[in-house]
Amino acid sequence: MAAAAQHAGGRPETAAPHAIELRGISKAFGPVQANKDIDLCVRKGSIHGIIGENGAGKSTLMSILYGFYKPDRGQILINGKPTTITDSQTAIRAGVGMVFQHFKLVQNFTVLENIILGVEDGALLRPSLAKARGVLKKLAAEYQLNVDPDETIDELSVGHQQRVEILKALYRQADILILDEPTGVLTPAEADHLFRILEGLKAEGKTIVLITHKLREIMEITDTVSVMRRGEMVASVETAGTSPEELAELMVGRKVLLNVEKAPADPGAPVLEVRDLRLVDDEGVERLRGISFDIRAGEIMGIAGVSGNGQTQLLELLGGFPAAGAKVSGSIRMNGQELDLTGSRSDAATRRARGIGHVPEDRQAEGLIMDFTAWENVAFGYHHAPEYNRGLLMDNAAIRRDAEQKMERFDVRPRNPNLAARNFSGGNQQKLVVAREIERNPALLLVGQPTRGVDIGAIEFIHKRIVELRDAGKAVLLVSVELDEILSLSDRIAVMFDGRIMGERLPSATTTGELGLLMAGITDVDQHAADEGIPPEHRHVESLPDDNAPGEAR
Amino acid sequence: MDKMPKWADVVLTPVISLVLAMAISALVILAIGESPTLALKTMVDGALGSSYGWGFTLYYTTNFIFTGLAVAVAYHASLFNIGGEGQAMMGGLGVALVCLMIDWPHWGIALPAAMVGAALFGAAWALIPAWLQARRGSHIVITTIMFNFIAAALLNYVLVNILRPVGSMDPASARFPEGTHLPALTDMAAALGIEWGKHTPVNITFFIALSACLLVWLLIWRSRLGYEIRALGRSEPGALYAGISPVRITVLAMLISGGLAGLMAINNVMGESERLVLNAVEGAGFIGIAVALMGRNHPLGVLLAALLFGFLYQGGGELALWTSIPRELIIVIQALVILFTGALDNMVRMPLERIFLSLRKRRVI
Repeated sequence: MAAAAQHAGGRPETAAPHAIELRGISKAFGPVQANKDIDLCVRKGSIHGIIGENGAGKSTLMSILYGFYKPDRGQILINGKPTTITDSQTAIRAGVGMVFQHFKLVQNFTVLENIILGVEDGALLRPSLAKARGVLKKLAAEYQLNVDPDETIDELSVGHQQRVEILKALYRQADILILDEPTGVLTPAEADHLFRILEGLKAEGKTIVLITHKLREIMEITDTVSVMRRGEMVASVETAGTSPEELAELMVGRKVLLNVEKAPADPGAPVLEVRDLRLVDDEGVERLRGISFDIRAGEIMGIAGVSGNGQTQLLELLGGFPAAGAKVSGSIRMNGQELDLTGSRSDAATRRARGIGHVPEDRQAEGLIMDFTAWENVAFGYHHAPEYNRGLLMDNAAIRRDAEQKMERFDVRPRNPNLAARNFSGGNQQKLVVAREIERNPALLLVGQPTRGVDIGAIEFIHKRIVELRDAGKAVLLVSVELDEILSLSDRIAVMFDGRIMGERLPSATTTGELGLLMAGITDVDQHAADEGIPPEHRHVESLPDDNAPGEAR
Repeated sequence: MDKMPKWADVVLTPVISLVLAMAISALVILAIGESPTLALKTMVDGALGSSYGWGFTLYYTTNFIFTGLAVAVAYHASLFNIGGEGQAMMGGLGVALVCLMIDWPHWGIALPAAMVGAALFGAAWALIPAWLQARRGSHIVITTIMFNFIAAALLNYVLVNILRPVGSMDPASARFPEGTHLPALTDMAAALGIEWGKHTPVNITFFIALSACLLVWLLIWRSRLGYEIRALGRSEPGALYAGISPVRITVLAMLISGGLAGLMAINNVMGESERLVLNAVEGAGFIGIAVALMGRNHPLGVLLAALLFGFLYQGGGELALWTSIPRELIIVIQALVILFTGALDNMVRMPLERIFLSLRKRRVI
């Protein structure tokens, strides 16, 4: 079925050998079948998307192609030639380059040094560096891949670091470029720039494989798309002949509501009142510069913004665990009562006692102890609760029973409370955290990136639960870098940029374009909109230097 | 998914490590022209072949249980306490001060008081490194090892200048009063009409050590404090998120750890020598590290590993006594066991994991 879709275009170049052809690739890890009889054809000079839920086997498949794993069965053809890829070196020789989600760069090396790392021409660096400089200049001109070759990596924005990764692959003469979730760390403007680079590469005849779980990117940039589900390739289609709804359905195997259905909010009295909150971190950087807002009962307030603009600090401060050495001022009132910002009663345990639940941004480092079992994690943060204790000791049986019930109600799979948290998939880990926090029925729920790295089925479920909590008259503060999520879930939206709230909008009365401008720190957006009568064009955002957000803080 | 079954992790790995260490020890003994089988026989007979041997083996085991538990508790908070040696020395000082303070009427009263003294002094010696770690970020490995030297110097000073009886040439305290004499296991067995372990130092402290294993197990896996210790040990950001104070838990874990190390002095100072001498600890603090490593920081594992090292200690002494294998070589053998079971653990573990993975795969297909 995969091959049929490939020929659907009927263009002459389909007669040429495919850049990548996989035949019957299978790979198992212990009893887990990560890839099952995968067939895949990627046309030369095209952008091919691979989409699927977390754990669908996308990354395993690409790791096989890059030589990290050996397939149990199956055949790989690169440009029509059967190729055995044993390690990344053979992959590079075959012309396959990979840009990982987490960059593999040496932080304190310059761009140039990173580029030649591992492909130096001799014992002396100078000639290699000179050669690389020349090549880099050419590549930069050709593909808009502008990076200062003498800058060290830790001075570069994430978007530029990614360009270095792409340049590394191109320098190694990759014809086929695999990008794993490339936009996960990028601002919208950076993502647009990346797409232009990819278009340029495609125009030069390079083949690009894009792994993502964002439907919109697939629709925007790919020529063909393959959908994976539970280790199998369920479809390969021309992007032009499909729709986001169809792809989503293929991914999860059933219809998914991408928009959250919710009744209009019925806000009550203010639950959380934040006034002029300021935070200076231990390096003297002002992370919060006078944040003020209210959240009322029965309302979801969404905070949009490119990550790194103070949202993390805000959540941590409200949750009771600002980074060590931070200086804090301002006031937070919860149901009219002032909360301590410093001292021993400003910790997370006190915040919980005041009725603040928290689904943290980083569930693996904060929300869960990965080595603890699921049942131990269900008590995490609430381990002093009377129902979890009996006398001097913890009542492990009671916690386990409670965990079983929560896992049942939140459909955590596998339904085994004795399994360590790390053995659950991302979505199920998140369900564990959400179950723990929501079932405590908090007056205010802080939610950071609730669906980061979570598959669509779990996203829908988590969104539903958050809306239910709101409907029960609780206040919710939602921080997300996913605009779609903010727009579909929030009753009110505040946009954060550089430690300030740039403005508040109602989701019904705003657009992604307007929010995007606010996220980039452009405040005269009202004027703009009024002048033109329509939301500003996307290209206004693009014309900004794309790394100006973090730079402003220095 | 775990790479291999629990029994392989807990039992098979240390056993294979041990066999490897023994094999290399055998080669070393062969190389100096002695018989490895005779050496092994001497060790087993000397340490386990008689109630006399057992008496010594269990005496050493008691020491190692305390120091092993001390390392294990700190380890759960991901603190590497290698100051057990110094903490046990200071525990000895605490015991000596308590025992010499008054003329105790009965050991039953003296023992709890001495335990408090031992634990307090041991804990106090761990408190400063703990505080420096929690508040100032000074690495606990550095500070605890330096505190071992400070403890040795301090003890030297106190023994020579304060506790030494007038006229004595020996840098040691006076004998403890008769009322602090702890019942030896021999006496306890005799009370039950059994003749067992004559003239051996093992005493009632052995049972205190066994109950310490149980208490540490309850602490780590059943109490809120243990839960918080383990949470902090696995993830500090997680602990902060859950409202667990890293400073408080770091200090508490180290206090418990130091207290356990200090309690060892009940065995060697109060139970055996009945006075405080220089170098009473004899490296037991360091062996505790190997015991905890081999015992996977689980009280039951610590108990078994302590038994093994007790055997090595007593068997090694017998070897020096009855064969011409020099004492230094016995230390080499003990070091090999520590090296293989502790430091080279992964050398055995990783191939084992691969074997189990491939076995499992075959079963699935």
